[in-house]
Amino acid sequence: MHRLPRLRRSITTLACAATLALMASACAGDDGGSGTGAEEAPDKKVTITFWHGWSAESETKAVDDLVAKFTAKHPNIKVKVVSNVTDDKITQGIRSGKGPDVVSSFTTDNVGQFCTSGSWTDLAPWLAKSNIDPATTFPKPVLDYTQFQGKRCALPLLADSYGLYYNKDMFAAAGITQPPKTFTELAETAKKLNQLNGDGTFKVAGFVPTFHAYEFSAAHTLAQFGPTYQTPDGKSNLSKDPVVPQFFNWQKQFVESQGGFDKLEKFRTTFGEEFSAENPFMSGKLAMTMDGEWRTAMLAQDAPNLNYGTAPFPVPDDQQDKYGRSYLTGTTVGIAKSSHHQAAAWEFVKFVTTDTEALVAFSQAIHNVPSTNAALAASPLANDEHFKPFIDAFKHPASNTTPASPNGGKYQVTLSEYAYKWEAGQGGDLTKSLADLDKQIDTDVAQVK
Amino acid sequence: MTTTAPAAAEVPAALRRQRRRRNLRTLAFLSPWLIGFTVFFAYPLCATVYYSFTRYDLINAPVWVGLRNWNYVLNDYPPLWQALRNTLWLVVVMVTLRVIFGLGLGMLAIRLKRGGGLFRTLSYLPYLAPPVAATIGFAFLLNPGTGPVNHLLGNVGIPQPGWFNDPDWSKPALTLLALWGIGDLLVIFTASLLDVPREQYEAAELDGVGPWQRFRYVTWPAITPVVLFAVVTGVIQTMQYYTQAMVAGKVASGIIGNSGQSFEPGYPQGTTLTLPQLVYEEGFSTFNTGAACVISLLLFVIAMAFTFLLLRRRSGLLDDD
Repeated sequence: MHRLPRLRRSITTLACAATLALMASACAGDDGGSGTGAEEAPDKKVTITFWHGWSAESETKAVDDLVAKFTAKHPNIKVKVVSNVTDDKITQGIRSGKGPDVVSSFTTDNVGQFCTSGSWTDLAPWLAKSNIDPATTFPKPVLDYTQFQGKRCALPLLADSYGLYYNKDMFAAAGITQPPKTFTELAETAKKLNQLNGDGTFKVAGFVPTFHAYEFSAAHTLAQFGPTYQTPDGKSNLSKDPVVPQFFNWQKQFVESQGGFDKLEKFRTTFGEEFSAENPFMSGKLAMTMDGEWRTAMLAQDAPNLNYGTAPFPVPDDQQDKYGRSYLTGTTVGIAKSSHHQAAAWEFVKFVTTDTEALVAFSQAIHNVPSTNAALAASPLANDEHFKPFIDAFKHPASNTTPASPNGGKYQVTLSEYAYKWEAGQGGDLTKSLADLDKQIDTDVAQVK
Repeated sequence: MTTTAPAAAEVPAALRRQRRRRNLRTLAFLSPWLIGFTVFFAYPLCATVYYSFTRYDLINAPVWVGLRNWNYVLNDYPPLWQALRNTLWLVVVMVTLRVIFGLGLGMLAIRLKRGGGLFRTLSYLPYLAPPVAATIGFAFLLNPGTGPVNHLLGNVGIPQPGWFNDPDWSKPALTLLALWGIGDLLVIFTASLLDVPREQYEAAELDGVGPWQRFRYVTWPAITPVVLFAVVTGVIQTMQYYTQAMVAGKVASGIIGNSGQSFEPGYPQGTTLTLPQLVYEEGFSTFNTGAACVISLLLFVIAMAFTFLLLRRRSGLLDDD
């Protein structure tokens, strides 16, 4: 008779304990690993996980080939590959403690956050241990965008530069003999290449200079002016840098010269998806476009008969000496704080970022710019007619990138949002708006410090 | 007296044991819910309140910063007010139109002499479509340049809106999408309309009342609780509106968000920005979890306030007996 109440008490106690255990596990959302395995024996058999962002079949195959080369040299390290991973998933994976060992990100925007939060470990001790001097191994631009405030938590895994793609047949039909080099020439050339339907809408546009036209984003285009985004003390510098208003005014004039924002935007909505065979340049809707070097591989695969050329993207008329420059970015790779096999992870990171033969093969497979000085020198892509301008742009001393920030790419989103308003004619007073942008960007950065 | 005293003391003790057993039994039956409530609601809510007073990047331990996040979100964060304005528009227009449209379809469904089943099935089917697929489909149909809808409008000489690409038309386009997926309301309104006592209609008919009076004095009082339910759940769902707005913005803008190619939530020009998008952006894109928690709590408070107000108005909606 007295056993039942005791049983009930036991059940109640068990239920309470289970509840507390669940709550405790919910609270324990920490990193888990944090540096364990750093002193593992070099020949110990381990399995590491590599998360990357590539998703196209040809790209994931290239990654698999790269991994196969690594495992051939390091048979004791098995690499489990997970593709199509975004930065959000990376952060969540590291936080869970059961995420990847090696992580890679398509965007350099979040390097600041990865370094300051410590979610990507500091690679400086590993580089020193392996006697790798970053300054002589990697070109300066990629070194800059893979560190934040002196902390190197990432290394470059191939890089991207941007240039002008132009349709040679359309150029010939319009009697144009060479690609434009200045912004004035770009607008004039685009106008000559425009083909209109009977109702005045575009059949083919010479160039679509609106900020949603895929790679023609505010950040990519502003790079042609050589902006200084931040003051030395890290404050936003948009209102104080004279090239920023120059850039906005130039874009507005360019848009108006091609028929206006509404007409161009309506045409833009007819574009196919950027990374598909329906890309507007590949399908013949655009005579010229700004795009990255990876497009050369896509053109070879999906539009092999398109007669096109590549050239550096034009520069402002008053900066003709900078012709050849470009916005630079690239894939970054690092070791997750939560990795339990940091020594093996470092072996993998070291291999994919510094092995010349592997880098050359990988860059050839996915048509990206090699990211070490040795691979740049050895790459046959430098002799490829279409690819050469991108390698040259990558080496150009005036090429630049967007600086890292503790809150990721938020300042770029703030700038882009204003750019979208500006091109739609709702930007208001430019001087005041840029000052307001600076204030907002500084407030946003201060918020996460 | 001496013989009854121990008995009197025994009875309350037995009663106490009985009560305790009953309480424990009740607690045992309630425990699945209690555990679920604690783990999935009470704890996350308390944690959200705590994190809203901290600087937290999801990786390192939270650091107490007092009211800084609240001050930032309420005073230095313009997207909040834009998202609130959009949400208010959606609550007023989308929820209202969904209720009216759902009720209208329900009334049509019960009046159809033939093909009622087919009509109900066809009207309900869109509700089963996954939101992402449905939104991509709508973005294709309403594409200003290549979509069949604008092609049709152009052929009959009607001005062609920019739909998801036009700041003035983006929310109406989302409302069209919501009306297309009206299946959930169609089911509950059809059921409630069929539940209205037939004899009341017959009595009204005998009294010679017209269709509007029949609706006003017979149908409406009977279905008011269901309408209230539809409004309350509609308001809460609209407060949490995320997937359709985000997908429509991404598809229409064409921007996937490469490096240096930022996708702005709320395309075009912030007109489809909603509070859950801000929570995601702050929490997982800019790693500002403290601010994301503040926005979540504001969302929670506003949804609670709306629900409370609507329930308070319940007596106003229901005819006084």
